[in-house]
Amino acid sequence: MELLKVENLKVYYWTLRGYVKAVDNISFTLEKGDAMGLAGESGCGKTTAMLAILRLLPNNATVQGKIYFEGENLLEMDMERFRKEIRWKKISTIFQGAMNALHPAMKIGDQIAEGIMLHENVSREEALERAGKLLDLLGVGSQRIDRYPHELSGGLKQRVMIAMSLACSPDLVIADEPTTALDVIIQAQVLNVMKELQRKLNLSMIVVSHDLSVIAETCNKVAIMYAGEIVEYGDIVSIYKKSLHPYTQKLISAFPSIKGAKSELESIPGFPPDLIAPPPGCRFHPRCPYAKEKCRKENPPLIEARKGHMVKCHLYGG
Amino acid sequence: MEKNEILRVIDLKKYFPLKVGFFKSIFSKEIPVVRAVDGISFNIKHREIFGLAGESGCGKTTTGRAVIRLIEPTSGKVYFKGIDLVKLPESEMRKMRRKLQIIFQDPYESLNPRMSIYDIVSEPLRIQHALDTEEEIYNRVVEVMETMGLTPAEEFLYRFPHELSGGQRQRVAIARAFVLEPEFIVADEPVSMLDASIRTEVSKLIKTLVDKMHVSFLYITHDIALARYMCDRLAIMYLGKIVEMGKTEQLIKKPLHPYTEALINAVPVPDPELKRGEVVIKGEVPSPVAPPPGCRFHPRCPYAKEKCRKQEPELIEIRNERYVACHFPLED
Repeated sequence: MELLKVENLKVYYWTLRGYVKAVDNISFTLEKGDAMGLAGESGCGKTTAMLAILRLLPNNATVQGKIYFEGENLLEMDMERFRKEIRWKKISTIFQGAMNALHPAMKIGDQIAEGIMLHENVSREEALERAGKLLDLLGVGSQRIDRYPHELSGGLKQRVMIAMSLACSPDLVIADEPTTALDVIIQAQVLNVMKELQRKLNLSMIVVSHDLSVIAETCNKVAIMYAGEIVEYGDIVSIYKKSLHPYTQKLISAFPSIKGAKSELESIPGFPPDLIAPPPGCRFHPRCPYAKEKCRKENPPLIEARKGHMVKCHLYGG
Repeated sequence: MEKNEILRVIDLKKYFPLKVGFFKSIFSKEIPVVRAVDGISFNIKHREIFGLAGESGCGKTTTGRAVIRLIEPTSGKVYFKGIDLVKLPESEMRKMRRKLQIIFQDPYESLNPRMSIYDIVSEPLRIQHALDTEEEIYNRVVEVMETMGLTPAEEFLYRFPHELSGGQRQRVAIARAFVLEPEFIVADEPVSMLDASIRTEVSKLIKTLVDKMHVSFLYITHDIALARYMCDRLAIMYLGKIVEMGKTEQLIKKPLHPYTEALINAVPVPDPELKRGEVVIKGEVPSPVAPPPGCRFHPRCPYAKEKCRKQEPELIEIRNERYVACHFPLED
């Protein structure tokens, strides 16, 4: 069943220098129970896309396109209703950097309960009881319910953030760089928790990350973004093992692996374009080793090159 | 001192005193200290990239800074080409700094935003009075910037840091470190702030500099997968101690210390079909103010025995160039 369908989403930020085309015409669908990775380098628009779904964009952003959630276009929904019925209740989020996302002067139990009480008609006692259960589920332990954030380590704070996102049993959780600030061992523990939750609760997730290894571990689908566009999208094994787009290929081989044979790391010459005036044609062409005349002129469409494997490149199809 | 070595560190310690209240400071005999680096020894050879890896707070950055005396070590010896840097008077040390440079982690913070690239890269030359004329300085700056891939250098000289991308900034920081033709560089997570596609380019640049500029590196990193590509030898730190040291590839393929094993198993793999190993250790790193007695890793070690709780293991060479600090090293 389709849970989320994003169609031709565009997010432009107005600045004094012109419009920054942070997200430019992206489309994807998420089935119930899917975990999709949204990968790309800094400034490729992955966080903007996520904020658009949550309708948390700043005032200088203009949004076009459609975001269907359970058949309803979120962008046309009344803000009051969106806040009451969708955000946190149906779609919640795990913010980047739990260290800064928690209220420093509020007990963690109260922070989790706050969300529950805002969205559901329950008493404080009941909300706290549920918060305690969530803390148990995440391995923080309900005995820590009266602790303040500064009394917890980084890994535990991140777990509290995850508990918070699950407070209202949402259908979709969007995680923005959920483990970026954590050390490897703690990261491995948090990733294990996330995988377990997916299995136990049949959670649908979007994991936004620059780290392809984190996505490899938690997702079954992945969309690779470059300069505001999705350049490749599909099943994770298909994308990682048989990537088609030159950017994806290079990006994957730029990641060092601790397993397997030691192969030469790839690098991509140049740097991502300025999104106020992106290059004409394919946005990757100035850095692409296979760029032809056509790439400089025409922006390639996203086509289905293999079953369930979409790619946006002139090398394929037509 | 062996012929082939450029740096030898012996029993280096750095303790930071904790802030305590007024009464406590008068009445208690001992002021508690953070044992950031607690007695570590290693050596670095000519033209070697020696890696120092571990989690946050293990003391790797403190080690890097104490080695070149950006912070004063509490005790220990640091021999650089046979001279003990720790005992060197300040005036001598200042001269010595020509040979010892550092590249910091964050190129967004390590470059002065109000200085042009030319001023940033030429500043070490001016401080050290290394060259006499402005023309010589200009030529040297251009030369070193082009070596670092900032070509044509003229295009960058009069720009400011905010006009450059992260990768370019880090190249400027590297150019600044190399302008005095140093022999030893501490690179403190030099690529961890950069994006994947840029990271490889800068990492490759650092590797080529070893031969091109005849330098040795102390390469500090938390990313063991990247260390595998960068470092000739690797030391793993835990709570201020080196727990294992050896040739990088051997150490990663066959870790001997349970902590190294856990650290390697925890690294996620960028391949959806390969699964990483199980992370068996629980909990988090204890406080360096009161490290556990015996082996510092024993409270989290799945193989801990009675002996580990009581006696601290020494770092011993169990094979050629393979060191481990564990009472019961993993079988290989």
